[in-house]
Amino acid sequence: MGLVDRGRLPKPLTSLFNLGRSYSLWVYQWGLACCAIEMGAAFGSPRYDVMRLGVIPLPASPRQADLVVISGTVTDKMAPAIKRLYEQMPEPKYVISMGSCANCGGPYWDSYSVTKGVDQIIPVDVYVPGCPPRPEALLEGIVLLQQRIKNEDMGARWRGEGTKPMNVVDGESAEKGGVPVVVN
Amino acid sequence: MTMLGDRQQLAYIAAQAADARVNVELETEGMTLNIGPQHPATHGTLRIIARLDGEQVVWAEPSAGYMHRGYEKLTEVRTYPQVTALVNRIDWLGSFANEVPFILAAEKLMGVEAPARAQHIRTILFELSRIANVSLFLGDLGVQLGAVTPVFFAFRDREYVLNLIEAATGGRFHPNFDRIGGLKDDLPAGFIDETRMVMKKLRTFCDQIEDLLFGNEIFQSRTRGIGVIPKDVALQYGLSGANLRASGVDWDLRRDQELPMAWNKADWKVWTHPDGDSFARCWVRLQEVRESTKIVDQLLDTIPSGPVMAKVPKIIKVPEGEAWVSTENPLGEMGYYVVSQGDQGPFRVKIRSASFNNISIVPWLLKGVYVPDIITILASLYFILGDIDR
Repeated sequence: MGLVDRGRLPKPLTSLFNLGRSYSLWVYQWGLACCAIEMGAAFGSPRYDVMRLGVIPLPASPRQADLVVISGTVTDKMAPAIKRLYEQMPEPKYVISMGSCANCGGPYWDSYSVTKGVDQIIPVDVYVPGCPPRPEALLEGIVLLQQRIKNEDMGARWRGEGTKPMNVVDGESAEKGGVPVVVN
Repeated sequence: MTMLGDRQQLAYIAAQAADARVNVELETEGMTLNIGPQHPATHGTLRIIARLDGEQVVWAEPSAGYMHRGYEKLTEVRTYPQVTALVNRIDWLGSFANEVPFILAAEKLMGVEAPARAQHIRTILFELSRIANVSLFLGDLGVQLGAVTPVFFAFRDREYVLNLIEAATGGRFHPNFDRIGGLKDDLPAGFIDETRMVMKKLRTFCDQIEDLLFGNEIFQSRTRGIGVIPKDVALQYGLSGANLRASGVDWDLRRDQELPMAWNKADWKVWTHPDGDSFARCWVRLQEVRESTKIVDQLLDTIPSGPVMAKVPKIIKVPEGEAWVSTENPLGEMGYYVVSQGDQGPFRVKIRSASFNNISIVPWLLKGVYVPDIITILASLYFILGDIDR
């Protein structure tokens, strides 16, 4: 891993690694509220079937997961648990924030007990808007994340640099052939 | 070791000491097991703290509040139309059913009654959301007891119902369709034929689930005689809905109450079960889905013509007063006590949601059961976290 850390990996090897990583995402389902049901529909139902995208929604623990989908309202009581489980995930790790509540508080923007956005406690890679987003929207978010992983500088990621959040309805990244902008 | 003044630390030490004292005769060691707050069997973020003696639960208590979003306080700073958008998200599986009691309470205060057509369509959408809710329960039940297939069936057939709700209301999950004095819109073209077809599919789904699960020997041996709630205990703890009917109490607010809805225009049956165990609770819910499909089918035949909206002012101001309306929601009795002081928004809303009362029996029910039965009992009690914590 020393080569990866220092960013000295040969380019063909990097692309190969990234291709492999993007199509074998083990996703930890953090279902919190309404969005959890839509996430379940995306992951568990025969109509949406997330496994065809190379995403495996069945890790037994966060220690085996590459990606966590925070779906639903994050409350102040729940926030420490989210932080703790996020820290248990091995690097490199990715976060999808699903739904308005996890993005910014959503309909509870003025509530006394809701954390206004999960990005206050953990870094988020992709925001999926909606209340709740349709399962298709979550799939779109996962595809965007896969594109980001494919174009990623692994060294920077390992060192925890160069993460810029993306939005599913971000028109700009869609114009550039759907490839999100890679920082660094 | 932290300072002894740390109260949390002291409580922890006390709990450990209490664990060690459990069952001294057998010299077994106690253990405190935390189920949740993130556990698939808790339908979200309920945390159950169980103190075990070997495989048996000695003491258990649910720790709610991980999904508390402060509904009752938020309703005080919203107007009436905004509150309906908010209360959708209490029981997120049967969203439309949450709006109806609130709207009925506001209508009661204003002295407005929805036109007959609106009442009919409300009832149809209410029952559709009940089907969407309980059909997912039937699938989820299988997963929690170790059978994976039913959940695929449930998600498959639930999509048809969600498509119907989306076609009528525009919202797949949270319709926000009910208005004070009627409905936002009329039914779309082709809705009636489509609904009939879907109801036929849902009845097939019920038969499949009955074959797959309820006839299964493993399922029966895991649910029969597990978590028995006698009739009097169920009444004392304030259970409602299918949990109460499974204990042999013939109680259904759709039938027992005079509301401006259309349930009394259809011919249907309230199912009860004398046993009161987990199997009975699941079985009653299965029959409920069947009855709901029957209600929808009958109401589709008799939708009256006319407008879907009564005459109400554009800016709604509810006159001073207090009103309580509760309906039989998919999870049980759900009611709103609305206090109005003549403003555009309510002064205070007390929300009585079914799941909060339904899980209050958990400490009593889990005493003495084995660890795998905790999951069975929680699954069969069927609560939704938004409905508990609000």
